[in-house]
Amino acid sequence: MGEYRHRLMDYVREEIMPHRFCVGCGCGTVLNAFTNAIDGLDLDPAKMVCVSGIGCSSWIPSPYFKSDTLHTTHGRPIAFATGVKIMRPDLTVVVIAGDGDVAGIGGNHLIHAARRNIDLSVFMVNNMIYGMTGGQVAPTTPVGVKTSTTPHRNVEPAFKAADLVTAAGASYVARWTTYHVFPLMESMQNAIKKKGFSFIEIVSQCPENYGRRIGLRTANDFLKRFKEQSIRIEKTKNMSEEELENKIVIGKFCDMDRPEYVSELHKLTNELVEGVKKEKS
Amino acid sequence: MAIDENRKQYLNRLEGKNYFILGDEACAYGAIYAGCDFFAGYPITPASEVAELIAEELPKAGGICIQMEDELASMSAIIGASWTNARTMTATSGPGFSLMQENIGYAIMTETPCVIVDVQRSGPSTGQATKPAQGDVLQARWGTHGDHNIIALAPNSVQECLDLMLDCFDLADIYRTPVILLMDGEIGHIRESVTMPKLSTIKHVSRKLAGPGEEVFGGSELVPGMIHYGKGHNVHVTGSTHLSSGMRDVSTQKVHDVLINRIYKKIDTNREKIVRVEKDISKNKNARVGVISYGATARPAHGAVKRARLDGIKVDFLRLITIWPFARKQVAEFSKNLDVILAPEMNLGQLSREIERFVNCDVVSVPKIGGVPHTVDEIYNAIQEVS
Repeated sequence: MGEYRHRLMDYVREEIMPHRFCVGCGCGTVLNAFTNAIDGLDLDPAKMVCVSGIGCSSWIPSPYFKSDTLHTTHGRPIAFATGVKIMRPDLTVVVIAGDGDVAGIGGNHLIHAARRNIDLSVFMVNNMIYGMTGGQVAPTTPVGVKTSTTPHRNVEPAFKAADLVTAAGASYVARWTTYHVFPLMESMQNAIKKKGFSFIEIVSQCPENYGRRIGLRTANDFLKRFKEQSIRIEKTKNMSEEELENKIVIGKFCDMDRPEYVSELHKLTNELVEGVKKEKS
Repeated sequence: MAIDENRKQYLNRLEGKNYFILGDEACAYGAIYAGCDFFAGYPITPASEVAELIAEELPKAGGICIQMEDELASMSAIIGASWTNARTMTATSGPGFSLMQENIGYAIMTETPCVIVDVQRSGPSTGQATKPAQGDVLQARWGTHGDHNIIALAPNSVQECLDLMLDCFDLADIYRTPVILLMDGEIGHIRESVTMPKLSTIKHVSRKLAGPGEEVFGGSELVPGMIHYGKGHNVHVTGSTHLSSGMRDVSTQKVHDVLINRIYKKIDTNREKIVRVEKDISKNKNARVGVISYGATARPAHGAVKRARLDGIKVDFLRLITIWPFARKQVAEFSKNLDVILAPEMNLGQLSREIERFVNCDVVSVPKIGGVPHTVDEIYNAIQEVS
């Protein structure tokens, strides 16, 4: 009998395992869902580029997922990915980064990428805190929470990233939590298959730097909370804002076909090149 | 990156023609000649004309031009695109150049070839937005944090905007580094006659590729070869301190030491290959006064030198085409028999300090700010004062 080897081991950089995520961190679950999603899609990782920023969840693709990798400056992965995708439309370009990176410092790139409808898949791991730097308030931290930079309480309302990206014009938007692993996997596959800008907000747990501030000490506490708080988007149609307070709306926010940016860009370039050709002949 | 059929077809229509165009526009044509595949930028005076001409013309040659949401994104996009084996560039001015600094550092750290055109304007901050200056000379050198080296070239004519763009792209590929074309608003916005070169006269350097088993971020060579995306090599590009394999190691002193010293030295040890200057030395080589200048300021400076000679004053002239790495040897040699060097600049004396470090004579800064270039008279008077 040969040595046991996990069927998804080929998708990770085995030489640097074990990973460095804290005990109970949701990033492991997201990595698991992501590798399963890629495996299910039959996608060759040699034809993928994973782009990430700065923060714990940026480590999911870099260094753990085995493909071409671009680990960028804080907040800029979508902008870096834009350059890659435009010049290599044949490659699947996936951005995995955190809420602080994508919705905080890089929020402008997020809405503009959605507006352009560029064929990128952005998986934003939302742990509602700046975890890597030690638990500072994020643009996704709920009102009232005490963090290291809101030691008395947070008075800022949180971004609803999935709603924001839907409004900005993305082709595919969903929100899931680390409790909803199977729908998340399927959603990741749909996002990657979608030609256009796709975005999944993955509500995730950080027991170490967020959980201990809100009394959720283990991953289990978080997952139970996510299960209780979650409500399918289909059920929210007639609900008031008050009723939706403290709820995590999950499911597909939008799924539509719009002209894709990179295709349009190359179509235009081809027209102009042909124009020069005609002019010559 | 190679000049493909579409590019040839486009450039064949241009070669040999004379255009009466802006420095910014010549810079854009230079980029197309250089085989620029991808431009990403954000509007800013006095650099917008670079983007406008590239937007008009580059797609006809098969390249891509996009406008991003800001300068941070522009810089990000050209770095990402460079890893697909594309020649990439952006163009901006002072405020935008400041915003690009973090990602210029990323390009240095990840050894990503790319070209940044900075058409300098009067600052700090919004300053005199439409007026020229040379205030970014030290920002170009030290704008991003950490120890690093940089290459920056400064054109002093519209023709040279075109010609130096070719050098910028080649240097970026040869040394795997961002290269800055340090223009100024004066050169960017003057209109002069430019001859479009013959494509056959241009030698494009190809980017060095890593061979089998060679590491992308280190090894025995000062400049390692690249492996681009999509080749199945799982290239790991990170701005964190990394091993020659590209994998992160941010805690070993020696790893950082080796990496940063190599990145620093690849430009430092090739200084003499990179540096270019232009000299106008007086006939009997017995001048006591020298003038060193660059960019737009070199024009009135050279004019003043010529006028002083008509008045019998012996004066030498040196124009720096390469600003960074600094022309240490050339400047030291130039200064040998001189008593004093005048350094006119459209700033309060940024490069004059660098000159001081490498000469034994006096260095007198001849500053001019306020968005108006030096007149020949002003520099002539400065020469007379020290003669």
